[in-house]
Amino acid sequence: MSGSRQQSRSTASLRHRLAERGVDPALLMLLPGLVLAVALFVYPFSYGIGLTVQPTAEMQAQWGGGAFANYVAFFRDPFVFDSVWLTMRLALPAALFNVLASIPVAMVLRHKFRGKRLLTSLLVLPITLGTVLTAQGLLIFAGRQGWINRTLLEFGLIDEPLRLVNNYLGVMFSLVITGFPFAFLLISSYLSGIDPSLERAAKTLGAGWWQRFRRIILPLLAPGLATTFILTFVLAFSVFPSARLVGDAMGSTRVMSLMAFRAFGEQNDYAMASTIALMMGVVELLVVAAVLGLRSLLYRGTTGGKG
Amino acid sequence: MAVSTLERPIAARPSTWFVWAGMTAFGVFLLGIIIAVVVDSFGRQWFDTWLPDGLTTSWYGEAWDRFSLGEVIGVTVGVAALVVVISVLVGVPAAYVLARRDFPGKRAVMLLFLLPVLMPPITYGIPLATVMYSFGLGRTLTAVVLVNLVPSVPFVILTMTPFIEQINPAIESAARMCGARTRQVFTRVLAPLLVPGILAAAILVLVRTVGLFELTFLVSGPGSDTLVVAIYRGMTSAGGGEARQLISAMSVIYTATMLVMLVVALRFVNPTQLVAQVKETRDD
Repeated sequence: MSGSRQQSRSTASLRHRLAERGVDPALLMLLPGLVLAVALFVYPFSYGIGLTVQPTAEMQAQWGGGAFANYVAFFRDPFVFDSVWLTMRLALPAALFNVLASIPVAMVLRHKFRGKRLLTSLLVLPITLGTVLTAQGLLIFAGRQGWINRTLLEFGLIDEPLRLVNNYLGVMFSLVITGFPFAFLLISSYLSGIDPSLERAAKTLGAGWWQRFRRIILPLLAPGLATTFILTFVLAFSVFPSARLVGDAMGSTRVMSLMAFRAFGEQNDYAMASTIALMMGVVELLVVAAVLGLRSLLYRGTTGGKG
Repeated sequence: MAVSTLERPIAARPSTWFVWAGMTAFGVFLLGIIIAVVVDSFGRQWFDTWLPDGLTTSWYGEAWDRFSLGEVIGVTVGVAALVVVISVLVGVPAAYVLARRDFPGKRAVMLLFLLPVLMPPITYGIPLATVMYSFGLGRTLTAVVLVNLVPSVPFVILTMTPFIEQINPAIESAARMCGARTRQVFTRVLAPLLVPGILAAAILVLVRTVGLFELTFLVSGPGSDTLVVAIYRGMTSAGGGEARQLISAMSVIYTATMLVMLVVALRFVNPTQLVAQVKETRDD
């Protein structure tokens, strides 16, 4: 490679030399995508970061800190800063539950049986519902007069209707309903990438189902699990409509995206809104980095599935 | 003992029954939610009874007029179609380059396309919306389309790159040997091979665009609201929101639209392939 480049440097044209390194007119096909990415992502994002250090006069007067008043406000104002904790309290358990619950379901649905197609489509159905219909349905179905409470009351299991919506639990339900299908689809595709003969070999050697799962499936699945966890966490982390509609928007489900939108849409403080939005990205990336770190700590090497 | 454990059929384990119980609970919740919304949208009044007293279809007509749903659905379909076409036209050539070529800075380009998919939409949505408003594009259709392109183009690229990678490059070389020009290689050889992948990516973009709430919500206004945003605004409008049945009727229209699109789309694309494509994307 280096030898041929040496040679071409002396004889070939610039165009030829560039082509040898992979730069030729075909790369122009990348151009529209790059232009869009720079104009609609890189530029606004850098603009937003610039905005965060241009706080409004009120912010500066209230929180001090000069150009960093927005950041001071973010960390000092408990009303804002608590939303980090509130978001985590929703997103982490939801993502964890979705991933952990998907493993056994995907394991069982691996095998062929009648009605598998129907069941799979039932699991994929929530994707078409969208968060808004899920919210509306939860309000009716799990509300005070909803069918759940009605059935439980009828059977005498409870005396008072349970409060299942307009609180933490309601948002959790909606996160599981929208997030579980995603986790399930991903994990079953990772699972299908594991060579079944490995498990059969273990079975021949006398391993019980727990040993087979613990020693063979789980290590091979671990990278896929980490990826799935990250993606479902990203979904749950940016929860917004359901936190407002089936949650307690000013209390237990005052998530970061709601705070960012409040600053943007209701207070028209674009600088503070950008600050909260940016911190949201930072917090999310921290969790993603932690999961990736944990993954590389636990297992390194090739896997059956990709990931 | 050991032998019997090995030979016991998989369906007889208590853990399997546990899984089925969980699945049933999920199914009950899911169907309960859907049926509750549908029943509510046809109910005259429904307060503290098992079923509403009396059926009516008038909520649909009222929702249609009150929220000018004809316009809203037109906007939704138009925006979705534009976003799909643009992101395929922009994304597929880029994916081709990323799949076939190696060039300086390739990793940086990949990272650039990966970031919008990994970040919470609000994180880049708020600065993006601020920019849109400062350019005077706020509440316009242009802004809604542009904002939706941000996650869609990378999505097409990430879906199509592994798809193109699996097409044997020898086919292209053979076509070139037979005298095909670059354009002919694309239109006659690659395009037919890429159709299934493009369709799958297009469907996923369509579903995502119709369902995308956060980004559209930040820049849309009257006249450029998509259906999800219109429903959300109806649920949260000042004064406790609109009548519940109106919202239910709109939600049913939304889900019906989505289902029709999916069913039509699935006639062209094998669902398992759709899933496989999802898997390929999520891998990165």
